[in-house]
Amino acid sequence: MNLRTIAIWAVSVPLVIAALGFFHQALAAAGWIAFFTWPFYFEVILNGLLQGVMYSLVALGFVLIFKASGIFNFAQGSLVLFAALTMVGLIEMGLPWPLAFVATAVVMVGVAIAVERVVLRPLVNQPHIILFMATIGIFYFMDGFGQTLWGSDVKVLDIGIPKDPIFILGGVFEGGLLVQSFDVIAALCGALLVAVLAVFFQYTRIGRALRAVADDHQAALSVGIPLKTIWAIVWSVAGIVALVAGIMWGGKLGVQFTLALIALKALPVLILGGFTSIPGAIIGGLIIGAGEQVAENFVGAAIGGAIQDWFAYMLAMVFLLFRPQGLFGEKIIERV
Amino acid sequence: MSQATASQTAAPELAGEAAPAAESARALLSVNNIEVIYDHVILVLKGVSLSVPKGGIVALLGANGAGKTTTLKAISNLLRAERGEVTKGSIELEGERVQDMTPNDLVKRGVIQVMEGRHCFEHLTVEENLLTGAYTRGGDRAGIQQDLEMVYGYFPRLKERRGSQAGYTSGGEQQMCAIGRALMTRPKVVLLDEPSMGLAPQLVEQIFEIVKRINEQEGVTILLAEQNTNVALRYAKYGYILENGRVVMDGPAERLRENEDVKEFYLGLSATGRKSYRDVKHYKRRKRWLS
Repeated sequence: MNLRTIAIWAVSVPLVIAALGFFHQALAAAGWIAFFTWPFYFEVILNGLLQGVMYSLVALGFVLIFKASGIFNFAQGSLVLFAALTMVGLIEMGLPWPLAFVATAVVMVGVAIAVERVVLRPLVNQPHIILFMATIGIFYFMDGFGQTLWGSDVKVLDIGIPKDPIFILGGVFEGGLLVQSFDVIAALCGALLVAVLAVFFQYTRIGRALRAVADDHQAALSVGIPLKTIWAIVWSVAGIVALVAGIMWGGKLGVQFTLALIALKALPVLILGGFTSIPGAIIGGLIIGAGEQVAENFVGAAIGGAIQDWFAYMLAMVFLLFRPQGLFGEKIIERV
Repeated sequence: MSQATASQTAAPELAGEAAPAAESARALLSVNNIEVIYDHVILVLKGVSLSVPKGGIVALLGANGAGKTTTLKAISNLLRAERGEVTKGSIELEGERVQDMTPNDLVKRGVIQVMEGRHCFEHLTVEENLLTGAYTRGGDRAGIQQDLEMVYGYFPRLKERRGSQAGYTSGGEQQMCAIGRALMTRPKVVLLDEPSMGLAPQLVEQIFEIVKRINEQEGVTILLAEQNTNVALRYAKYGYILENGRVVMDGPAERLRENEDVKEFYLGLSATGRKSYRDVKHYKRRKRWLS
């Protein structure tokens, strides 16, 4: 991302939001959709963006592993579930939540090392599809193992994040915009996590090695970067990202089996943002979050509802047709 | 061409057993009769032996597919990542067997390969590329900074381009970047694979000149695989010629340059002087009729 792209985005995003607003206003004027008001529109967008951060959190885990090893890690969703289950289990055993968080992080690092030892190391240099199949195996194993350890009941994960509705921007809009404080805090945590990851990747020795491995496995090997260590680190980081995502999603939906399936929600986010880009995962998540909320709230009622369930996939499909590398997918550098 | 002995001294037949041992004592790197098989079936090297003296420049010459790259990869042990294996023979670095070590261990011991086709990290800047070379050295900040300046001293061009993504630099700059990255590991021996590939003759000359200076001033030993026989034999002190996975000839660079067969097959010269273009064409045309 250079300054030019940032400038383009800074200009085009408000334009697109405004254009979509006028579009819906026109639809309402023509009588195709029931109603349209600007405050409600902004409220929907804002809540959509906050929802989008949650998608980004899951997508982030995929991007990390895909970048470093070229594997689409199907098991990321089950890592989220496993992390959330472990965290709840530890809290139920009486640990205060910060301690439980640290302990779970340690467990996730352990899982990462085990995955590298048991699954990835024997399969090194196999075609990617075989590694992908292996991650499906990890998915089912983690899914079952987590529930064996901690039980399969729906659990409440509460680490004391307030869930009250709050009103913001009361001065601009009459009555202000209604948002959930939980969503705001989740978004802030997400932003913090991304900032930490960005610094880690950009300025540390290990971060540099991770990016080197992502660029060229062989060259990385040739300068003495040990792939095995790097993979264990990447899976650990992905595990900790899964933990944060698990806390947020678990706090929202309750910790249960279906948590593992939010991985499927991350798929369109990845296609939109590009599999290899961390900013892409964030922005893809935001676009899909906002987009599906707008579609659901305005157009949804007119054509029967439940747009939310398929909107993201439709958007992803459009992207696959016109821009298969996604918005921020790694540009293939080609010199003539 | 006949199979030449690995030993450059004309040792008597009976002393043949003892000679390699004595040689490996003074050689920095010695490769003894190795055989390499890819994928358990494809036999690529059929007994290659060579020895690289400390502080020397040794060239591995030969056509495409002769086994130059495989020999280098066997030494740096990048073979395993391509499902290749050294099945016979041994590779020794200062008398220590190194063929079962990981590339990470080898880099720590001072063996580094600059791969064919540069293989810079495209999305990292030139300076970040150089810094990845210092990965195995951990947190030695002062030393790394000092070596960075040393590399910029040899390649001033890299200093100018330090902030650009390596993927957007020219082929020559990428080659410099790859060599510089290797120097950042503080190597004893650099395995340089095909540094002239895809570069203009002038640039090739310039890069070889720098490599020679690095060899002399930093005391870094160079093992070089090249198709550009002419340039390689001018800068190297000793050469091995590979064909079909075997060493078919070896000797000091000057001797190889004078050799009639080498002249004809690798330098495009023959005893009757350079063939005129018309003869070459005629020869090719006839051959096509016959086949």
